[in-house]
Amino acid sequence: MIDFYLNGKRQRCNDVPADTSILELLRTRLGQTGTKEGCASGDCGACTVAIGEPGDDGALRYAAANGCITPAHQLDGCHLVTVEGLARGDALHPAQAAMVECHGSQCGFCTPGIVMSLFTLHEEQRRTPTPLSQQRLEEVLGGNLCRCTGYRPIRDAALSMNDYPDTHPLWADDPDLASNVAQLRSAKASATRGGHYVAPRDLAALRKLKAERPEARLVAGATDLWLETTQQLKALDDLIDVRQVAELNAIEETPQGWWIGAAVTYSRLEPLFETHFPAFAHLLHRFASKQIRNRGTLGGNVANASPIGDSPPVLLALDARVSLDGPDGERELPLSDFFLDYKQTALGANEFIRAIFMPRPDEAQNLKVWKLSKRREDDISAVLGAFAWRLDDGVMRDVRLAFGGMAAIPKRAAAAEAILEGQAPDDTTFADARAALAQDFQPMSDVRGSAEYRQVAASNLLERLRLMIDADRHATPQQEVTLHAYAH
Amino acid sequence: MRTLTELSPASAKARADQQGRNKGDGPLARETSDIARQGAPGTTRAHESAVKHVTGRAAYIDDLQAPADALHVALGLSPVAHGRLTRLDLEKVKSAPGVVDVITIVDVPGHTDIGPVFPGDPIFADDEISYVGQCLFAVAAESHQAARRAVTLASVEIDERPASLDPVAAAEREEFVRPTHVQQSGDWQAALSGAAHVIESEQFVGGQEHFYLEGQACLVQPTEDEGVIVHTSNQHPSETQKLVAEVLDIPFHAVTVEMRRMGGGFGGKETQASPWACIAAIIARRTGRTTRVRLPRAEDMRATGKRHPFHNRYQLGFDAQGVLQGGDITVIGDCGYSPDLSEAIVDRAMFHADNAYSLGSARVTGHRAKTHTASNTAFRGFGGPQGMMIIEAAMDDIARRLGQDPLTIRKRNLYRAGRDVTHYGQPVEQLGLLHDLIAQLEQSSDYWARREAVVAHNARNPIIKKGLALTPVKFGISFTAKHLNQAGALLHVYTDGSVMINHGGTEMGQGLHTKVCQVVARELGLDLEQVRISATRTDKVPNTSPTAASSGADLNGQAARDACLTLKARLFDFAAEHFGADRGGLDREGMRLEAGALIAGSGEAERRIPWGELVQAAYLSRISLSEKGFYSTPLIHYDRETAKGRPFYYYAFGAAVAEVSVDTLSGEYLVDRVDILHDVGDSLNPAIDIGQVEGGFIQGMGWLTSEELKWNDAGRLVSDGPATYKIPAFGDLPPVFNVELMQGHPNSQASIYRSKAVGEPPFMLGMAVWSALRDALSSLVDYREAPRLDTPATPERVLMAAEALRQRTLASQEAHHAPA
Ligand SMILES: Cc1cc2nc3c(=O)[nH]c(=O)nc-3n(C[C@H](O)[C@H](O)[C@H](O)COP(=O)(O)OP(=O)(O)OC[C@H]3O[C@@H](n4cnc5c(N)ncnc54)[C@H](O)[C@@H]3O)c2cc1C
Ligand code: FES
Ligand code: FES
Repeated sequence: MIDFYLNGKRQRCNDVPADTSILELLRTRLGQTGTKEGCASGDCGACTVAIGEPGDDGALRYAAANGCITPAHQLDGCHLVTVEGLARGDALHPAQAAMVECHGSQCGFCTPGIVMSLFTLHEEQRRTPTPLSQQRLEEVLGGNLCRCTGYRPIRDAALSMNDYPDTHPLWADDPDLASNVAQLRSAKASATRGGHYVAPRDLAALRKLKAERPEARLVAGATDLWLETTQQLKALDDLIDVRQVAELNAIEETPQGWWIGAAVTYSRLEPLFETHFPAFAHLLHRFASKQIRNRGTLGGNVANASPIGDSPPVLLALDARVSLDGPDGERELPLSDFFLDYKQTALGANEFIRAIFMPRPDEAQNLKVWKLSKRREDDISAVLGAFAWRLDDGVMRDVRLAFGGMAAIPKRAAAAEAILEGQAPDDTTFADARAALAQDFQPMSDVRGSAEYRQVAASNLLERLRLMIDADRHATPQQEVTLHAYAH
Repeated sequence: MRTLTELSPASAKARADQQGRNKGDGPLARETSDIARQGAPGTTRAHESAVKHVTGRAAYIDDLQAPADALHVALGLSPVAHGRLTRLDLEKVKSAPGVVDVITIVDVPGHTDIGPVFPGDPIFADDEISYVGQCLFAVAAESHQAARRAVTLASVEIDERPASLDPVAAAEREEFVRPTHVQQSGDWQAALSGAAHVIESEQFVGGQEHFYLEGQACLVQPTEDEGVIVHTSNQHPSETQKLVAEVLDIPFHAVTVEMRRMGGGFGGKETQASPWACIAAIIARRTGRTTRVRLPRAEDMRATGKRHPFHNRYQLGFDAQGVLQGGDITVIGDCGYSPDLSEAIVDRAMFHADNAYSLGSARVTGHRAKTHTASNTAFRGFGGPQGMMIIEAAMDDIARRLGQDPLTIRKRNLYRAGRDVTHYGQPVEQLGLLHDLIAQLEQSSDYWARREAVVAHNARNPIIKKGLALTPVKFGISFTAKHLNQAGALLHVYTDGSVMINHGGTEMGQGLHTKVCQVVARELGLDLEQVRISATRTDKVPNTSPTAASSGADLNGQAARDACLTLKARLFDFAAEHFGADRGGLDREGMRLEAGALIAGSGEAERRIPWGELVQAAYLSRISLSEKGFYSTPLIHYDRETAKGRPFYYYAFGAAVAEVSVDTLSGEYLVDRVDILHDVGDSLNPAIDIGQVEGGFIQGMGWLTSEELKWNDAGRLVSDGPATYKIPAFGDLPPVFNVELMQGHPNSQASIYRSKAVGEPPFMLGMAVWSALRDALSSLVDYREAPRLDTPATPERVLMAAEALRQRTLASQEAHHAPA
C-alpha cells in the first residue's frame, strides 16, 4: 500500500504495481488530470509535482520532481502537491496569479508544470528570501519546456510572484499536516513492506534483501531506471528502493575526504560541492534539471556507467574511490577500476554501491570541468572534459585528464596525461598532448555529435586549459577564453 | 508596447504600467468609449483560458472523461524505411492480455488513402513501406500499457530496399511528389551576365520537429446511428470530419468533430492529426466502444512529418553598390514520401525567396523531392522561412565581398519605389512602413555603436568573438490555396443577454478565441465576460478551413464580425420601431451598441436601452437572436501557368537585431541581446501579439540553432525525443530581450480593425541569430568572407566552421610566407 497525503488529504492506494509512476497514479487511478504528460522521459517538465518531506526542523520541504519517472511507491510517507492543490477556492496561489497576469500561458499544456516549479520557488523564498538571479531562475525553470511563449512572460511571473498576496493553499491551514506526514513515515519504519516494491531502512536489511532477491533491480532516484519502462516498455516488477537506507544516505567527512552515500541526491550535494569542488558545483547547474537533481543520485550515475554520464569523468579526475557492498561484505576500489567496458562494471551480481569517496583537494589542486552539449541546460554531454592538476615550481603534477563521450566508458587520457606530467604548461607540450588524444580515444558518431567533432572539441578543451593556465600564471588582464555563462 | 528586460522584481509592474499606456492606442480602437473595460480589440486581455491553464482545469484530449470500458489504441509502426511488407503475423498480438481488437488495411471499410490534398497517404501500409514509423496496424486494448506491450509481439517481415534519403540526389533523379514549379521575372540571364559581381553558393537548411507539448491525441465515441463524435487535438476539424467519413464510408453529416483546445499545434496538427482519428473511428465503430489514441512522444516524432529540410542553391548578380540585379535560385524541399501539403509549402518557399528585397530579374525554381521519411508538413511559416534563408545568406555574402556592413547592403536592397514588384508580380505595399521600421530599430537597438563595440571586442579577443546582425521579415498573408480563404461563424444571443460565439478557427494557444471574443464584445458593446466561445465543432460551423497560415483572426474575426453586423442591423430595425413607438420610434440613423446598451440619438435626445432589455424585448417580439457570419478574403489570385498574381492580401513586416558571443574553440555560443520591432497593424490585443512575437522568435531561433533532426543511414530518426532533440529552454531566453510592436501603421488593407496576422511572421525573426553567428565567425578572417553555416547551427557546426576558417587562414599565411 502507498500511504501518503495528496494536497492535504490522506490517500491510501492498494495494489499499485511496482512500475507505476506518480503521473500514472494521478491520472489513471486518482482521476487527477491537471498534471500533464509531455514526454514520459523526464525532459519536458509538464508532469512536475512537488513532493513534501519533513526537513530538519520538522516543517515540510517541497521539492519539484518529474511525475512521469518517479515511482509512485516513493510517495509513501510524503505530501504530494499537484497543480490542483494550489488555489484556495477561487483565490489563485501567487504562482498562478502571476502567470495569469504576465500572460505566461498560451496553449497552457506546459503551464501546470511551470506553476509547480514556481510553487517550489515560492516556498523557498518564503523560508529564505534571496535575490532572484538569472542563474537561480534557470535552476528552478530549466527543466520546464515551453514551446509557445519563449519564456519571457514566465520569467516575469517568477520575478513578480512575490508581489502578490500570499494566498496559502487550504491544506496549509492544517497545523498537523507536517506531524501527520512525519508520523506516517515513522510508522513505516517498523513495518516490513512486502510485495514487489520494497524500501529497506538500513544496510543490514538491504544486504539481506540483495541475498534473497538477487534478480531484483535496485532503484534510487529512478531517473535512469524508469526510462526502461516508459520508453522501452520493460516490466520493472521487482524493485528494491535504496533511497531510505540510512547508511547510503549519509555524507561522512574524514580528514582525507568525504564518503558520499550512494543514495545522496545531487541537490543535497550542492552545498558541499560549492565549498570544496566549485567546478563540480558548476557542472551540477548544467546537470539535467532541478526536478532530476532532486531525485537523482551520484550512486545511480556511477552504477549506470554510461559513457556520457557527467559525474564519472569528474570523479576520475578527482581520483575517487568506490565502496561496493553486499551479502558477502564490503570492498573498495579506485573508480578507474570500476568501469570495465560499455555499461559493464566491476559490480558483482548481488553487490550494490555503498558510497563514493572524494579525496579532499589540497590547496594547490586545480579542477576544471567543461561540458559540451547542444543546449546549455538540461542536455546530455557530447563531450565532457574534467581536468585536475597542480603547478609545482612551474611544472604540472598529478595531471588527470578524464573525458566523457570519447570512449565506451568514462576514461582518462593516459597518453595525453603522460605528456603533460612533470612539464611546464607551454605551447609545444600542450600541442603534443592534444595530438596524443588521438591515441587515447577513437570516439564514435551519434545523435549528439560526429566523431570528428568530438575529437576536435576534446583537443580544443586542452587548448582552453592551456590558455587558462597561461592567463593565471602571467596574471595577464584576463582575456576571455570561455563564455561567461560557462566560466567557473 | 515594450517589454522590459531588467531582472528586477519591479519589471512586471513596470510592464503593467506600460501596457496601461498602450491600451487601445490604435486609431480605430479609440472609437468607442470605455474600451479597456470592454476588453475590445486593441486592448490587452488575458487568454480566455488562462485561469484554467494555471489551475489544471483546462482539459486536453487525454484529460477527457470516458466510460470505464473505453479502449486504448497503440500503433504498430514500420521499423524499416523502404521495402515490401511480406508478412504481418498478428496472432500473438491478438491473444495478448487485454487486447480487444487489432486492425490493418483490410479492416478499413471505406477509403484507404487519407491524403489530405493529393492522394498518397495510406492509412495503413498495404505492401509498400515508405518510411520508418509508417503505420502497419493498430491494437485496441483495455489499457494504454497493454496496447503498447501487445504491439511488440507482432511478427513483421519486410523485404528491405535501399532507402532514398538525400533530397538532392532524389531531385537529380527527378523523384518528385509534385511537379516542379518555376517563377520568372525579366531576363535573369542577362542580369547575371551584366552584373559587376556574381556570387554562387548553396546551403542546407534543416527541418524542425513541432514538439507541441501535447502529443497527437483523439477520443472517438460511437453514436447511436452509424456515426462517430471525434474529439481531437486538431487544427483542421473539417478535414478530419471528411476523412473519417470517407474511411468509414458514411456521409459527412454522421461525423461530428469537436475541438476545444490544443496543447500546441504549430502546423503539426493541420493534416497530421487525422490518421489517428480515422483509426480510432474504425475501432470505435467495430467495437461500439469509446476509443482513445495518444501517441507516446517517440512514436509521435517518428510517425509524423516535420518542417521540410531544404537544399537551396543561388547564383546572384549585383552591382558595385551591392544592389541585386538578378539571378537564379533553386530550392529543393525534402517532402518525405508523399505530397501532403508540399505543393503549397515549396510554393511559399519560392514566394519568400526574396524576403524584403527586390531580386531584380530572377528565376526561382522549386522542386518537391520524394524521400523515404515521414511526409513533411506544415510548420509555422510553411516553407517561407526556408526560402528566406537564401536571400539572407546572400546579403551577408555580398557584404563580405564588397567589404560593407551587412546592414548597409540589406538596406540598399529593400523593396523601394521603382523596385517594388515581386518576382511573382505582386506589388509590395506599405514600403514606408518597411523602411521606417528598419530605421527605427536600427536606432532603438543602437546598431552602429554596438557594431563598433563588437569590432573592437573581436580585435582584442582571439577566442571569444561577438557577432551582430539585423534581419528583416516580409511575410505574405493568405492561404495560397485560394479557396481556403473563407470562414464562418455562428452567433447566439440568449435571453439573459449572454452571448455565445462559435467559429471555424481552432485554439492552440495563439489566443484566437480571445481575439474573436473581443471582436464580438466590441461589436455588441458588451463586457468581454458576457461573451463566451465554445469548442470548435463541425456541426456548428461547417466546411471550415484549417487554422493555419496565420489567418485565424483575420478570417474568423471577420466572420464573427459579419454575424454581429447582421444581428445588429436586425436589432436596430427592431428597436427603431419598438422602442418609443408612442413617440414615433427611435432614430435608426446613428444607432449603436455601446457600454452594455443600445444608444440612439445624441445629446438631449439620447436614449439608452440596456442590452438585457433589448434582448428580452426582441425575443418577445419574435426577432431571431441568432446569426451566422461569413467572410472571404478579397483581391487574391495566382495563376500557376504564368506564375504571376497577387497571392497575398497583404504583407506583415518585422525586423530583429541579435547579438551573440561565440567561443570559437568549442563552438558554444550565447545570444546576448535581441531587439525586435514587429508590425501587426493595429493590434487586436497587444499582450497576445507580443506573446506571438516572442514565442515565434524563440522557436525560430531554436530551428536555426539547437534543434537538430538526425536520421541514421537506414532512415530511422534518431533524435526522437526531447532527450536528443533540444528545443530552446528557459536559459536560452536572451538576457536582454526588447520587443516592441510597430505603432502608427494600420494595415493598408481592410483587415479586421486594420490589424495584421501575427502567428507566423515573427518566427523568421530568428534568422537574426543565425546571421549574427555568421558575423562572429566572419571576424576570424577579418570579415573578408562569410563562411557557409548550414542549419541548425549547432555548436558542432559552428566549431567546424571556425576550424575551417582557421585552417584557411593558416594555409594562406603559409602560402604567403613560402619562398617564391
Ligand atoms: C531528463 C534527464 C536528464 C538527465 N541529465 C543528465 C545529465 O545531464 N548528466 C548525467 O550524467 N546524467 C543525466 N541523466 C541521467 C540520470 O539522471 C543520472 O544518471 C542519475 O545520476 C541517476 O541516478 P538515479 O538515482 O536516478 O539512478 P536510478 O535510475 O535509480 O538507477 C540507475 C541505475 O543504477 C542502479 N543503481 C542505483 N543505485 C544503485 C546502487 N546504490 N548500487 C548499485 N546500483 C545502483 C539502478 O539499478 C539502475 O540500473 C539525466 C536523466 C534524465 C531523465
Ligand atoms: S512528462 Fe515530460 S518530464 Fe515528465
Ligand atoms: S504555453 Fe504552450 S507549451 Fe507553454
